[in-house]
Amino acid sequence: MIEVKELSKTYGDKPVVNNVSVNIQKGKITSFIGPNGAGKSTLLSAVSRLIKYDIGNIDIDQQSISQWKNRELSKKMAILKQANNITVRLTVRELVSFGRFPYSQGNLTPEDIDHIDEAIAFMELENLENQYLDELSGGQKQRAHIAMVIAQDTDYILLDEPLNNLDMKHAVQIMKVLRRLVDELGKTVVIVIHDINFASFYSDYIVALKEGEIINQGPVDDIIEESSLKEIYDMDIPIKQLDRCKVCVYFG
Amino acid sequence: MSLESLCPMKQRYLLIVLVVLSVLSVFIGVTSLNISDITSLTDQQQQILWQSRIPRLISIIIAGATMAVGGLIMQQLSRNKFVSPTTAGTMDSARLGILVSLLVFTSASPMLQALTAMVFAVLGTMVFMKILDKIKFKDAIFIPLVGIMFGNIIGSITMFFAYQHDLIQSMSSWLQGDFSMILAGRYELLYISIPLLAVAYGYANKFTIAGMGEDFSTNLGLNHKQVVNIGLIIVAVSTSVVVLTVGLIPFLGLIIPNIVSIYHGDHLRKNLPHTAILGALFVLACDILGRVIIYPYEIPIGLTVGVIGSGTFIYLLLRRKAYA
Repeated sequence: MIEVKELSKTYGDKPVVNNVSVNIQKGKITSFIGPNGAGKSTLLSAVSRLIKYDIGNIDIDQQSISQWKNRELSKKMAILKQANNITVRLTVRELVSFGRFPYSQGNLTPEDIDHIDEAIAFMELENLENQYLDELSGGQKQRAHIAMVIAQDTDYILLDEPLNNLDMKHAVQIMKVLRRLVDELGKTVVIVIHDINFASFYSDYIVALKEGEIINQGPVDDIIEESSLKEIYDMDIPIKQLDRCKVCVYFG
Repeated sequence: MSLESLCPMKQRYLLIVLVVLSVLSVFIGVTSLNISDITSLTDQQQQILWQSRIPRLISIIIAGATMAVGGLIMQQLSRNKFVSPTTAGTMDSARLGILVSLLVFTSASPMLQALTAMVFAVLGTMVFMKILDKIKFKDAIFIPLVGIMFGNIIGSITMFFAYQHDLIQSMSSWLQGDFSMILAGRYELLYISIPLLAVAYGYANKFTIAGMGEDFSTNLGLNHKQVVNIGLIIVAVSTSVVVLTVGLIPFLGLIIPNIVSIYHGDHLRKNLPHTAILGALFVLACDILGRVIIYPYEIPIGLTVGVIGSGTFIYLLLRRKAYA
């Protein structure tokens, strides 16, 4: 379990994350939602040790993040930020192989190679494995990066806006993969996501942030609810029930 | 997997060409020296061979490999295809270091000169990387321009003090690369590069990861700052060694890694040996060309590499959109 306790982070005099406490349950998809500038990405970056926080504490499996050795933590938790700004010319397979770096420091063992093959198969990238990343589409690139994270074989997988720049088909594909990671492999997934309908369809738990503070959190059904959404986004969002899921009609 | 199995084969061809040109290089020069005489050399020929031709060949190979690999590492760490020791102030800083050592320690031993040059090269390169950190506008062309300006500022400081102390002539010998002055006893400093290249190969995977950014490195449990610093020190030290013994060889660190990257990508474990061999091969070919084109006179290597290199560089710039 990841426990965030009274966490604050300030840039200059502007508090970006203010006194946030949240528990991230194992074996679930947790979505961070909220308007722009709510501090979602900052919170995710702090949890994944990419940025330092000012006040508070983060425990990962009962051990404070500051006490984790960097390399040990990289076998426990993986973070994927926007994948499209990487310009290095690597093949898909080479990229996925780097997921094993925390274990092998680059000298791949047969066990590492099994993990790499499995990750590539899980993301259905067999046909693309020897292609260079810069020859792929945005959706394929994103899948390659997720395959790397799968090869990294961590309990926790954190993703910052994984659907950015993807069309509907690829966005759905990525969300289904995340669902399978949780349901089939028992991973814990945390995402920052803008589209509340994707959050509604695919996540188990939602944390809503606004102006650096947690404004609401709970199981999906408690958050995807008209009064709660009005509070988060300052707009009236009608909700329609569609089979077992709720759809937010936020277009007007 | 298929790509990896292809690589060693092509590498083998490159090595064969390198060996052929190496043999050729030893037997080109004003004093005639024929392969057929190799078993019955006169004393004078023996001396030419061991005092001049072999040292020249060795220094060409080491300098070529070092500059190419230096460029490769810098491009990876700065995440920019157009950064190299010549476009990041590294070489200019090394020259400033040489001047300082000449001024401060009036009769500086080669070792002391080398050390000062290395320290300055490391510091200069780190200042450039700091500037790089601060620049928000990370355009592929803008960054090397900043590096060239930075190098020129350091170069003019060097020139200013060199004028004041009548050291212009001794400084200009480090301006243009030249292998004709290489003799036994004057190039051995270059051997420092060999262990550094070996260390660079050991760090190849880490450099590749560092090239994907700080967040990416942290995710994989890699200390990004430490790896970048180690890379810069390796580049700066080996570059200083080349500047001290051979002089400045422009464009090499720029074009060779870019060519290799097109065919073999940016996985350093895979393309570092390739880059080293191609760098050595390129300098060797340019050197042989420079020696035969106006025989019995010689064109300095800085010029041949500069002309061929700048042409190739323009070509790379024009086709940049296709791959960079």
